[in-house]
Amino acid sequence: MLASGRSDAAAGARAYRWLALLAAVATFVASLPLWTQFDRTTAHMQFVERHAWIPAFRVEYFLGVDGFSMPLILLTTFLTPLVLIASWESVKLRQAQYFATFLILEGLMIGTFAALDALLFYVFWEAMLIPMFVIIGVWGGERRVYATVKFFLYTFLGSVFMLVALVYLYVRADSYSILDFHALPLSMTEQVWIFLAFLVAFAVIVPMWPVHTLLPDAHVEAPAGGSVILAAILLKMGGYGLLRFSLPVVPDASALLAPMVIGLSLVAIVYIGLVALVQQDMKKLIAYSSVAHMGFVTLGIFLAWAILGRTGDMPGIAMGITGGMVQMISHGFVSGALFFCMGVLYDRLHTRQIAAYGGVVNTMPHFAAFMVLFAMANVGLPGTSGFVGEFLVILASLQASFWYALLAATTLITSAGYTLWMIKRVVFGPVANDGVAGLHDINGREFLVLGLLAASVLALGLWPAPLVEVMSASVDHLVSHILQSKL
Amino acid sequence: MITLTHYMTLSALLFAISVAGIFINRKNVILLLMCIELLLLAVNFNFIALSRFMGDATGQVFVFFILTVAAAESAIGLAIMVVLFRTRRSINVQELDVLKG
Amino acid sequence: MDSTLCIAIVLCPLLASLVAGLGGRLVGRTGAHTVTIAGVAASCVLSLLVLRDQLAPGAEPFNETVYTWLVTDGVRMQVGFLVDHLTALMMVVVTFVSLMVHIYTIGYMHDDPGYQRFFSYISLFTFAMLMLVMANNFMQLFFGWEGVGLVSYLLIGFWYTRPTAIFASLKAFMVNRVGDFGFIIGIAVVLGYTGSLDYQQVFAQAASLQGRQIEIFSGMPWSVATVACLALFVGAMAKSAQMPLHAWLPDSMEGPTPISALIHAATMVTAGVFMVARMSPLFEQSQTALTVVLVIGATTALLTGFIGVVQNDIKRVVAYSTLSQLGYMTTALGASAYAAGIFHLMTHAFFKALLFLAAGSVIVALHHEQDIRKMGGLRRHMPVTYWTSLAGSLALIGFPGFSGFFSKDAIIEAVGLATIPGARYAFVCLMIGVFVTALYSFRMFFLVFHGEERLDEEARHHVHESPWVITLPLVLLAIPSVMIGWPLIGPVLFGGYFDGAILVTGEHDVLGEMGREFHGPGAFLLHGLSGLPLLLSLAGVAVAWYAYLRNPALPDLVRRKAGGVYTLLVNKYYLDDFNEKILMRGAQGVGGLLWRIGDVVLIDGAVVNGSAQAVDWIAARVRRGQTGYLYHYAFAMIIGLAALLGWIVFRGA
Repeated sequence: MLASGRSDAAAGARAYRWLALLAAVATFVASLPLWTQFDRTTAHMQFVERHAWIPAFRVEYFLGVDGFSMPLILLTTFLTPLVLIASWESVKLRQAQYFATFLILEGLMIGTFAALDALLFYVFWEAMLIPMFVIIGVWGGERRVYATVKFFLYTFLGSVFMLVALVYLYVRADSYSILDFHALPLSMTEQVWIFLAFLVAFAVIVPMWPVHTLLPDAHVEAPAGGSVILAAILLKMGGYGLLRFSLPVVPDASALLAPMVIGLSLVAIVYIGLVALVQQDMKKLIAYSSVAHMGFVTLGIFLAWAILGRTGDMPGIAMGITGGMVQMISHGFVSGALFFCMGVLYDRLHTRQIAAYGGVVNTMPHFAAFMVLFAMANVGLPGTSGFVGEFLVILASLQASFWYALLAATTLITSAGYTLWMIKRVVFGPVANDGVAGLHDINGREFLVLGLLAASVLALGLWPAPLVEVMSASVDHLVSHILQSKL
Repeated sequence: MITLTHYMTLSALLFAISVAGIFINRKNVILLLMCIELLLLAVNFNFIALSRFMGDATGQVFVFFILTVAAAESAIGLAIMVVLFRTRRSINVQELDVLKG
Repeated sequence: MDSTLCIAIVLCPLLASLVAGLGGRLVGRTGAHTVTIAGVAASCVLSLLVLRDQLAPGAEPFNETVYTWLVTDGVRMQVGFLVDHLTALMMVVVTFVSLMVHIYTIGYMHDDPGYQRFFSYISLFTFAMLMLVMANNFMQLFFGWEGVGLVSYLLIGFWYTRPTAIFASLKAFMVNRVGDFGFIIGIAVVLGYTGSLDYQQVFAQAASLQGRQIEIFSGMPWSVATVACLALFVGAMAKSAQMPLHAWLPDSMEGPTPISALIHAATMVTAGVFMVARMSPLFEQSQTALTVVLVIGATTALLTGFIGVVQNDIKRVVAYSTLSQLGYMTTALGASAYAAGIFHLMTHAFFKALLFLAAGSVIVALHHEQDIRKMGGLRRHMPVTYWTSLAGSLALIGFPGFSGFFSKDAIIEAVGLATIPGARYAFVCLMIGVFVTALYSFRMFFLVFHGEERLDEEARHHVHESPWVITLPLVLLAIPSVMIGWPLIGPVLFGGYFDGAILVTGEHDVLGEMGREFHGPGAFLLHGLSGLPLLLSLAGVAVAWYAYLRNPALPDLVRRKAGGVYTLLVNKYYLDDFNEKILMRGAQGVGGLLWRIGDVVLIDGAVVNGSAQAVDWIAARVRRGQTGYLYHYAFAMIIGLAALLGWIVFRGA
């Protein structure tokens, strides 16, 4: 089912590019039935594939998807071909290896989303860090070594804790199946420790404040394609992990510690919004904006108990989780697109400093149109995908507390501030220097990539119902599951 | 009358002297090798004395093994030392510090 | 009527906009304006049909869903249309003014390289504005709300190479975002306490909101209706440029003049007024909210009028006049005279669009000269512009018989009758405002069209009347500006036109009270002739005439005498400075501080790199133990061995 293409093709006559693209597109096409044949009425795992792997420890090769993982897998298979197309000419060094690395990465990411065996999940998770490490370390910018080590240590530190938790759960459940974990009763002390272990692992990759500082560095140093994958898909692993592990496995600890997570999310939204305002480096700015936007994901996911505590009723819980999920998908498109835009500019002028640009619209009108569109999506303008998730999460957070909603809604102001101020300085204005004067507009290849992303952003913004429908059964199931105590 | 205690005491003294020799010695690798020999000697002493005391010959057989191994070991040790001298032009223990981190 | 009609009305401008914007060279300049004008004209005609249908006796409001945007948690968020009398009126105003502006633009933007882009934008604006007014739920309202904000942003920054223009566009967007911040909170409160975003369902539960409490600060429970209305009104304050969120509107004049007329005078800025009127069932539940609306509106009406008196840029004078008039409308809303607010909105849309377009005509004739001190005596060169401007100005100051007279007098009288707290204050503000309005309007009028010609040499040669594409919309707008008040005041204000669309509870019903004494527009006119407002506005005109035509030295004298007040006004009460120096710099300062201290020093410095450095430091200490001397290692081994043996031996003891 999920046989992802692995093409380590020889470099003969640059055919490897086409081969890689073919593999990626084939993977995308192969993943389409996931959407079309998906049973929207059930929360059970679908397209299950299950074989014994290491029988001695009951480890299985156990794959399957539900309403949470399926959209993320499609996001992955959709974006990978675009990344390859975008890197068609901009990568000069060891291009064959670059393409191969991305295909390997794609396979591992899909595996992470689809794995239903905890050890398999862990293996995919860790393995995924290697290609990312290589991408930043080999094809990155000047401080790539610092960034890549920081990235690796951060994520590795987190996942070590996760491994401990997984092994403990295995001992208790005598199985590595995540579904068995879901059904496993645990005491409060156990739950709290497991929750914290998971939280460290997932918070690092989301990333939540205050463990977010890997992201700006990693993004700044990563090549454009790497940034896209990192922002668009890797970060989603964190949110996905919270939905797949933290909430259903340890619901009582989640309930106990939800205020802490909500607090951190709100800090991320407000604090990071202000920090993004003063960034001088475009990629760093977008990276910080990612942190703020991902704050909505964690906020939406953890609202449940606050809502229950205040209203004693359920409305808003599913809305928050749905909002978090939609925000993840949307952020995949929007931040991916913005990093593409940064890549387009970087390819031409080889600098990421905002001050080095100005008046790009004069020489690159088509590009400017795309850039403004994606900026507006980042700002969360209705009609673009960026609005849907934020809207739902803000609506849901008011059910929990007026102040949550108030703080979360400040993103309307801050995101507009940092994004549009950057747009003003980079895109608008008179031509700032000779470099900008000599820019040439995007070519057909870049147009294709940005056009597809723009179409996705608008489609999701104007009609999110299909996406929401796909995940609704899983969301409802999760809500009813987490509200039952495991004690 | 020389009792087992005397033998054991002598053995312990020899052992202590050799140990002290190993780490107080700052000069010469040869001294180091000699100290190791002395260490083995102390052990042998114990073996023989106890073998006699217990009336069991196995201990004395062990001594032969140890002597053989000790001979081989000192041969190898001296060979290493010769090679060491060839490359470093010195067998001063103070200068042999490449193991540090 | 059915939903196809509504969809057609909305989609015509959108499709036209896409064709003009994306068609590029395929469409061309002529193609761009043809297709967009055709689109908007179609919308306009269909809107008129809708209005006619609605006016037919026994016509029911139309309310239908087009598609489901998403369903989550039992809440259906839909895109659909609600067309009742209020909507139909707004649709006609929007599409008509938009059509006029489209035609006018052909002349005004004739030489601009961004010609097609401009048409695409204004058509897109028409789409967003129609979505806003025709929405039947809060989600779609917010969509239109932000949509018009986006187009406004794009259009203010239309001339993107001008630093002032892109600054103004960013400022407009930011201020509007502050409003949207309140707006979205308001929507969230509404959803949170009614469980729906649909107007009908929400309004049906409106009465229950007053009784329910929300505890924002512990121990201080507020009525949900008050919180929701105040939050929504923050949105209206930004969009309709009420103090203190008005600062973006004068700056928005950096955009081309047609959009100043369309967006920043006639339609978009009135969205806030429309929204409050639409939400009347909610606002009626909270007297606190109404009082806030009333006081803010009245304050805006007066204070921004004062600023208008000292402006020298022709467009900025009109802009401040717009602010002041929006204040009037808002005051009307606060006094529960929603119908009067909407009525003034409509008349204002016509005469203010007219004034802006006339100003634009002058600007084009003088080759983009906007300083009224460098104009004068244009009456002879530009007769059509002159007469239409005069009509617009008279309507603005509420000269008896003109449209503005009916709507403005109705507001003043309604506020005079209102009994809620703050009504007295509002009434006084509005009265003074009448004088100020007349003063700045005719100051500008006299300086531009009368007196000596202060043009520079080059302009003097070129000055001539504008082409027909510019003057035609002026004339077409002048007609409703002059006439629309007389026939409509009766039905709109007192004839129950808005029954069902706007809800006024008994004790607030000031218009009902006025209606009992209303005996036709003629009587209303006669009543107005003897009223104080007329005297005040005539006094304003007289002062303007004396100070700027008769005795031009007087203004300078006043300026010198009233130095402090003058400085305060010229600096717009220092609100811009406050925004830029305190809020903007403050946010940047805090952000910089958080970044440098929080991220760089504390998290990255202390924790992340700090832990790495700690490892380094410890390793540096530990490595000293690794001397590399064989005898040290041997010694350690022996010690260890001894310790181990000792432990084994003595363990038993």
